[in-house]
Amino acid sequence: MGILPFALYVLLFLGLPLYEVLYGAITTSGGSLTWYNFSQTFHKPYTSDFLSSLRIALETSLIGGVFGLWLACAVVTAGPRSPLRRIVGSGSAVLAYFAGVPLAFAFIATLGRYGEFTILLQHIGINLNATSFTISSLTGVELAYVYFQIPLMVLLVTPALEGLRPEWREAATGLGASTFRYIRHVAAPVLAPAIIGAVLLLFGNAFAAYATAYALVGDTVQLVPGTIQNLMSGNVLVDENGIGLALGVEMIVVIAVVMIGYAALQRRAGRWLQ
Amino acid sequence: MWRVTILVLAAIYFLGPLAASLRFSLVQSNGKDGFGNYSRVLHDGALANALWTSLEIAAITTGILLVLMLPTVVWVRLRLPRLALLIETVSVLPIVIPPIVMGAGLAELQLHAGSAIDSALFASPISALTPFYVILALPFAYRSLDVGVRAIDLRTLVDAARSLGASWFTLITRVILPNVRTAVLTAASLAIALVLAEVVIAGTLLYDTYPVELVNQGQQDAGIAVALSVLSLAITWLLLFGISFLGNRAGPTRVGRLL
Repeated sequence: MGILPFALYVLLFLGLPLYEVLYGAITTSGGSLTWYNFSQTFHKPYTSDFLSSLRIALETSLIGGVFGLWLACAVVTAGPRSPLRRIVGSGSAVLAYFAGVPLAFAFIATLGRYGEFTILLQHIGINLNATSFTISSLTGVELAYVYFQIPLMVLLVTPALEGLRPEWREAATGLGASTFRYIRHVAAPVLAPAIIGAVLLLFGNAFAAYATAYALVGDTVQLVPGTIQNLMSGNVLVDENGIGLALGVEMIVVIAVVMIGYAALQRRAGRWLQ
Repeated sequence: MWRVTILVLAAIYFLGPLAASLRFSLVQSNGKDGFGNYSRVLHDGALANALWTSLEIAAITTGILLVLMLPTVVWVRLRLPRLALLIETVSVLPIVIPPIVMGAGLAELQLHAGSAIDSALFASPISALTPFYVILALPFAYRSLDVGVRAIDLRTLVDAARSLGASWFTLITRVILPNVRTAVLTAASLAIALVLAEVVIAGTLLYDTYPVELVNQGQQDAGIAVALSVLSLAITWLLLFGISFLGNRAGPTRVGRLL
């Protein structure tokens, strides 16, 4: 009985939009069942949007993963009493929330046409505006995404790194292992599920993200969310709504797969690490 | 050496855009340095309206969220521990649904809005967005409240209050609430931060909330938009730092733990 309000609320306000998405994706505007919307999403231009969304998610999760892990290692090995740890810890907790519109404008202020860094580079003879780089491109979007991916990675892997027991290191050294062999045979296998899980979460994070790209490029951005927004806000024919909804269903499927993988890896990671 | 390298790289990459934003926002539209962008922010009527709308949404969202979730979390821990996993899964479910997909579903609902109830729902940004922002905030809210409730001796508190004749309402508001203050503050601040940043759903439905107005401003005048970003950031961070500080003092609920 006590959870009835919660159940009803979720059923109504989560169920209603979800129902609209699913129903709209599999029916024509007249209400009869159709496969048309889904089949259209497997043709151009929708396939290329999907591929660039996946590519951005993959690249920013790998770059964020590598640098985040590196940063987390640097902090954890600096010792538990190090002020570095507090700074990077609090900084990461705060920067992981720094996404969306303010982040986009920060990058425009840095690397935009009249950005501070762009002007700085001009003084030393590099004209960024003469190159093909602009901040309002997919490369610019990636650069901005990495800004919240790295702190998120630090937050996700630091507990796992802290879970490595010093005894394991001592035992390995005592048995004559070099640092490399310790990492190769002890640390890496123990940490692998946690690290892969964290990268997977970063992937889902970037795949679902849209606010930063929207503020940086606008809804012409060649990513699935931009296409969905374009299709839904009536910039094109009304009949195309269904395709936007079908793309939405496909996004949910991708993220659901990622989250299930993450949950499985989390359980696996808990075997050795507390 | 490898440690110094990454720390220097990180410092440049993370502090660079912040310093650039600050510097950029201090260049006025006439090319001179000064606080012109900031004073223009204060005199912008459209912006003030949008900010007011967003603050109203934030307040109502936070209210609904807490009234809905705190009793649920307490009830589950107390009476239905076997359902805890189910409730947690349902609460985390919104993570799987990207905001743009939620927005698309609402746009579709609005398109077919025939009944009086549907049209009433979309009549104002407050009634159209608030119920769904509560859903978006569920995962954070559930986790922080659950951590808070798990950290107190719930059964003893409840038994003591009930045996002294407290009603369920009194129990929640006067016994549980003060004990999970930090968790409630964390949930509330995350919900407020979410509402003040959510641009995708509001933008898709063409409502003029604060973040949507921020994007519009940015297309016309980068100086004022960057100044606004700096202000939004400063406020959000103060909020999160304040909570994290309170959390460190008061016990186990910390912002960092949520992720």
